Amino acid sequence: MTTAGVITRRKLRPADLGRLASVGLRTRKLRAGLSALGIAIGVAAIVAVLGLSSSSQAGLLAEIDQLGTNMLTVENGQTLFGQPAELPKTAPAMIGRIPGVTAVQDTAYVPNIDAFRSQLIPSIDTNALSVQAASLGLLGATGDTLAHGSFLNAATASEPVAVLGALAAQRLGIDRVFPGERIWVGNQWFYVAGILNPAVLAPGIDTSVLVGYPAAETYLGSDGHPSSIYVRAQTDRVNAVQSLLASTANPQAPSQVNVSQPSQALVARADAQSALNDLFLGLGAVALLVGAVGVANIMIISVLERRSEIGLRRALGATKGHIRVQFLSEALLLSLLGGAVGVSLGILSTAVYAHTKGWATVIPTEAWAGGFAATLVIGAVAGLLPALRAARMSPTQALWTV
Amino acid sequence: MTSANDTAATATTTFRPSGLTTDDARNVLPVLQLDDVTKTYPTSPPVHALRAVSLTVRPGELVAIVGPSGSGKTTLLHLMGTLDRPSSGTVRLTGLDVATMVDDDLAALRATRIGFVFQQFFLAEHETILDNVADGLLYAGVRQAERRQRAREALELVDLGSRLRARPTQLSGGQRQRVAIARALVGQPAIVLADEPTGNLDQATGGAILSLLDQLHDRGVTIVLITHDRGIAERMPRRVEMLDGRIVADTPVAPPQPASLNGDTPALHATPPTPRGMP
Repeated sequence: MTTAGVITRRKLRPADLGRLASVGLRTRKLRAGLSALGIAIGVAAIVAVLGLSSSSQAGLLAEIDQLGTNMLTVENGQTLFGQPAELPKTAPAMIGRIPGVTAVQDTAYVPNIDAFRSQLIPSIDTNALSVQAASLGLLGATGDTLAHGSFLNAATASEPVAVLGALAAQRLGIDRVFPGERIWVGNQWFYVAGILNPAVLAPGIDTSVLVGYPAAETYLGSDGHPSSIYVRAQTDRVNAVQSLLASTANPQAPSQVNVSQPSQALVARADAQSALNDLFLGLGAVALLVGAVGVANIMIISVLERRSEIGLRRALGATKGHIRVQFLSEALLLSLLGGAVGVSLGILSTAVYAHTKGWATVIPTEAWAGGFAATLVIGAVAGLLPALRAARMSPTQALWTV
Repeated sequence: MTSANDTAATATTTFRPSGLTTDDARNVLPVLQLDDVTKTYPTSPPVHALRAVSLTVRPGELVAIVGPSGSGKTTLLHLMGTLDRPSSGTVRLTGLDVATMVDDDLAALRATRIGFVFQQFFLAEHETILDNVADGLLYAGVRQAERRQRAREALELVDLGSRLRARPTQLSGGQRQRVAIARALVGQPAIVLADEPTGNLDQATGGAILSLLDQLHDRGVTIVLITHDRGIAERMPRRVEMLDGRIVADTPVAPPQPASLNGDTPALHATPPTPRGMP
């Protein structure tokens, strides 16, 4: 007991460090909760923004997948003189003979004809709608579906009957189909047979009023030249079909034909980040920063308040390092707690929103891992100064200045 | 007015370190040895808190350091407890020269060889008293299970073995100070430094704490007690009086008395109280 002997320095055991780090949290729960809240809000905002954009992207890709990526669109281009080129009337039939093509449908733009709710609407209020003649199997090729009523059939194709694209119906103020429902097209009433759901792969159809080819020729003076041809190909032969489309559709002037694969454009759009995301990410970062300041503030107050505890611990044999690591890990614990709550909140809100939209919930790894990493860095930075202060405090001052 | 403190206190009762004769005590290595220690605080003008203090505490001693406020006794406690370093002179604890040790080694020394008891108790209110006492071993590298086991034993020693799960807020002042004493004892330190341990207690409770220190002394614990209360100091076997940073009197260890004249053990209450006129 009284021999000189050797003094052995001890490190804190991890379990003891955990217990020490949680002292402040256990004794001042409300304060700890409030200071962690700032960090939680920041992390939740960031995780939710990233999660929502990923989920909406996943939702769009799923929709594209469901509609199929094997649709190709052939449209009339322009002549050398800037005039709209014409596709031959035979183009759809010839495309149908390309090996690997499974479906060909077409629409023909009817020039100089507008559609109105009634004949009382001034003729300049065209609502940017177009009138198109459509082949009867159009929906099978584009993957679109009917919201109300029915599509054109062999009987109605030659009568003054129209089917409205989703936007066209909205702009005309028609949200359902009933017997006698009619619109004013050209100089004549057309009866409304159906309304389409929003089109994904062929967005041009949304603003169209579709009529049958014979009706377009009879009542609206259409010449019957197709303007858009929708082609479905076997998935493994899409590229081969695509390379043949222009020359098949218009052998005399293949360069006046535009061929596109709409699903590719949509995938590209899904990949693009919206500017709104950046705004919310910025707000999340600001919230994180404010949260970090809050944690640093709380820790500094805590160090001042707990002078006597620090002094006591030094008297019980704590080294400066022990004190430093105690307060640093308390700050880390505080911000990690906020981070965990924030990540959970972010995931929860993403899941709820994605569920209401019918998307799959996708939380990118970088969102939650980044959220946790950010809170670790914040805790370390915010806790460093208070921890250094606590360790620097002289034990005699800490104990005898109450 | 007769209080428990007064009845317990005697000026002449002596205490013998258990198992040690006075000669033994003189021959073993001192627990604490201060040689020509000076402490000056570099304020302007500089404060000379201690001037050439030399003091030796041997194992098993119970020493009271008494003096008015400003006499330097708290500074002396800092130096004895290795919480501060002297401006000049040497401080040796269990033979180790404080001047040759770095701060981290001094912390380890405090963790294993020094026990502190404070006037304000300094207990953690959200922890049970068992864990409060167990924290006395936290920095000595002892596992939690063993810390608790030893804390239980220490609490039994101070008669609180039945209240292990109580929180400090549920205890009286005297009980809290007993918890703090158990925390100081739990590491079986070479020396216990008590700074005004009865300062926050009423006289009766304070007297009980002093009796506890007496009992611990009987068990061989080395204790240095700091007090401004001459009455408390006078019931201690050795008194070191301080004034203006110097030791002005050191009443040495009295020779052991014959075991008993009337067959009783030399109990604390053997001698009638001595009236004193202390403020």
